[in-house]
Amino acid sequence: MTTTTPIDTDLQQQDDNENHGHGHGHGEHPDLRMFGLATFLVADGMTFAGFFAAYLTYRAVNPLPPGAIYELELVLPVINTAILIASSFTFHRASKELMRGAMGACRGWLLLTAVMGLSFLGGQMVEYFELPFGLTDNLYASTFYALTGFHGLHVTLGALMILIVWFQAREPGRFTPSDHFGLAAAELYWHFVDVIWVVLFGLLYLL
Amino acid sequence: MTIASPPSPSPQPLRLQPTGWLRYFSFSLDHKVIGLQYIVCGFLFYFVGGALAGVIRTELATPISDFVSRDTYNQVLTLHGTVMIFLWIVPVVNGGFGNYLIPFYVGARDMAFPRLNAVAFWMIPPSGLLLISSYFIGGAAQSGWTAYPPLSLTTPAMGQILWIVSVLLLGGSSIFGGINFIATILKFRQPGLKLMMLPMYCWAMLGTSILVVLATPVLAGTLILLSLDIVAHTGFFNPAAGGNAVVYQHLFWFYSHPAVYIMVLPAFGLVSEILPVHARKPLFGYVTMVYSIMAIVILGLVVWAHHMFTSGTPPWMRLFFTIATAFIAVPTGIKFFNWIATLWQGRLALNSAMLFSCAFILQFVFGGITGVALAQVPFDVHVHDTYFVVAHFHYIVYGGTVFVIFASIYHWFPKFSGRMLNEHLGRLHLALTFIGFNLCFAPQHWLGLNGMPRRVAEYDPQFTLINQLSSVGALLMAISTLPFLINVVMSLLQGPAAGPNPWRALTPEWLTSSPPPVENWIGAAPLVKEPYGYGSTEGRIDVNQARGQDLWRQQP
Repeated sequence: MTTTTPIDTDLQQQDDNENHGHGHGHGEHPDLRMFGLATFLVADGMTFAGFFAAYLTYRAVNPLPPGAIYELELVLPVINTAILIASSFTFHRASKELMRGAMGACRGWLLLTAVMGLSFLGGQMVEYFELPFGLTDNLYASTFYALTGFHGLHVTLGALMILIVWFQAREPGRFTPSDHFGLAAAELYWHFVDVIWVVLFGLLYLL
Repeated sequence: MTIASPPSPSPQPLRLQPTGWLRYFSFSLDHKVIGLQYIVCGFLFYFVGGALAGVIRTELATPISDFVSRDTYNQVLTLHGTVMIFLWIVPVVNGGFGNYLIPFYVGARDMAFPRLNAVAFWMIPPSGLLLISSYFIGGAAQSGWTAYPPLSLTTPAMGQILWIVSVLLLGGSSIFGGINFIATILKFRQPGLKLMMLPMYCWAMLGTSILVVLATPVLAGTLILLSLDIVAHTGFFNPAAGGNAVVYQHLFWFYSHPAVYIMVLPAFGLVSEILPVHARKPLFGYVTMVYSIMAIVILGLVVWAHHMFTSGTPPWMRLFFTIATAFIAVPTGIKFFNWIATLWQGRLALNSAMLFSCAFILQFVFGGITGVALAQVPFDVHVHDTYFVVAHFHYIVYGGTVFVIFASIYHWFPKFSGRMLNEHLGRLHLALTFIGFNLCFAPQHWLGLNGMPRRVAEYDPQFTLINQLSSVGALLMAISTLPFLINVVMSLLQGPAAGPNPWRALTPEWLTSSPPPVENWIGAAPLVKEPYGYGSTEGRIDVNQARGQDLWRQQP
């Protein structure tokens, strides 16, 4: 509790006042932060759903004009997909280590997850540079960059979150098996970003 | 690891927050302060939007564009629509009354996420100022509140981009609010308070928030694509660049039709709170009300293309969306009959809150009937984009929601301020608003049926007389806000004290002092299992014996 500021103290006090006579901590008021995050991710998922619906409509009614270039290579994206899916498992492993109380191992797996996320972004960048079309070349090119770019933004934010959690976890007692909202939130977000990528990969590269 | 010393007991919770009137200008975490911030901020934007409406009606008093230029007219109508929808109605009926009432109704001392709540509110004033300032820096958006491409791609880019940024901010605020309401209503109820014991406004806000969380992000994504079209010259919605403008319409209406329910469902909820109190009868058909709200939520998500019958939609799509839209009349009709049955043989107190609610029922039914008519393809093709649609829409959002906002102000002002509003001024306000509103918008049905297009500064001279009638109505509506403002200011200064429960209501916000203390109740929150138990002798709560009375006396 070295980071306790006067404001925190005050709010903590207020919490205690609220829970007066109702046991310790959040006995009366459950911790709803994960619930809130999950609701937010539903909303975020709807943004992607809108994009996917637009893309599928384009596929149905707006054929690629003759002469327009829109070809995707599969090798690099498949490797990227494998990295991203694997990174969900490494994050999960980090959580498991935390639950066992092995903070060193937890931090190691967290760092590995962040590196995997960043290498996904690196791979994405390489792909961007090597593609034979630009953002405004045609409708499908625009859709490709908008969708992967919007997802890449999510990966960037996720990787930042993991690095922040990794940094915070160096402090003993910051995350405990019973109280680790920051880490759990980053993990849920990371899985979400992963699932979105799988759908996006299927629609953009395989369909 | 060092352990901080135990904090000293603080006698006054939230003492780091400013008190007195200053707290309304602070990043307050108190849901009641935030609720009033939403309401007052909303009213300020209402006056801006009303002034813009005044410009529109003044321009339309003559068939030629003489009061403002055509470009200015386009900017004014775009700003009017956007301000009224995103800065007045949505924030006030959701954020305003929602934040004030929902924690009381679930027996909590605040919302589930107080900081997120404050963030959501403080996103609104900057985005509103951004939107209005766009008029002064190079001109506001000109493509209407719908911002249909390719029109929104060819009008000046600066105003359109500022419009998009502003609406994105407001959408974000709305989503944060929605998440907060869902968590508060579903997860933050006091122990023993079951879902089916909640006052109806909770159900309305739950349904609304589900719509907000599911639909608003789609609009956000769409506007991001639209801004790419404007700034980066992609061609998502630009037919000239191989894109598809109809896709924009689908995505836009996937949000903007539910947006109608986001504006009107909370109003349904508020009216369901007001009618039982002033009719001294239980709310009729509680369970059917709940199912109706949820049916409206589900159906509201699958009717969007009825806005697009003239956009080349294929016949099967027209058929599906016509039928789905007609179905919405069923749950809405159930609610309507439930309100009538609530009033039936009640001991009606014909005060301003009740009269505004009755005007709402009357006008909303009229708007609902024209809505069902508009969902029929042959009729819609005839009146699409005419003043008939303008009239229908205003009967729903003004005759419906805005009348409920005023009813709610008359009902809850004693709770907000601890003082009663003046009934005579309230009834004068009602009379002027009712006459002005109907004079302004009823003739527009005729204009639309006879082919006057909406959103155009000039019109055929044969429509002059009816348009002038409509403009007179608008003038009356403008005048009608004067008794309201005078009433609010005078009552705040020297209105008679309201006491904790002037209406002898049973819902939990009345079982505490007016205005309530920071954490809503001193001592434990009352558990209200029958919020509408009026007239029943069994398990009846004597309001004079209720906890709030004691609290009021114990107040320092």
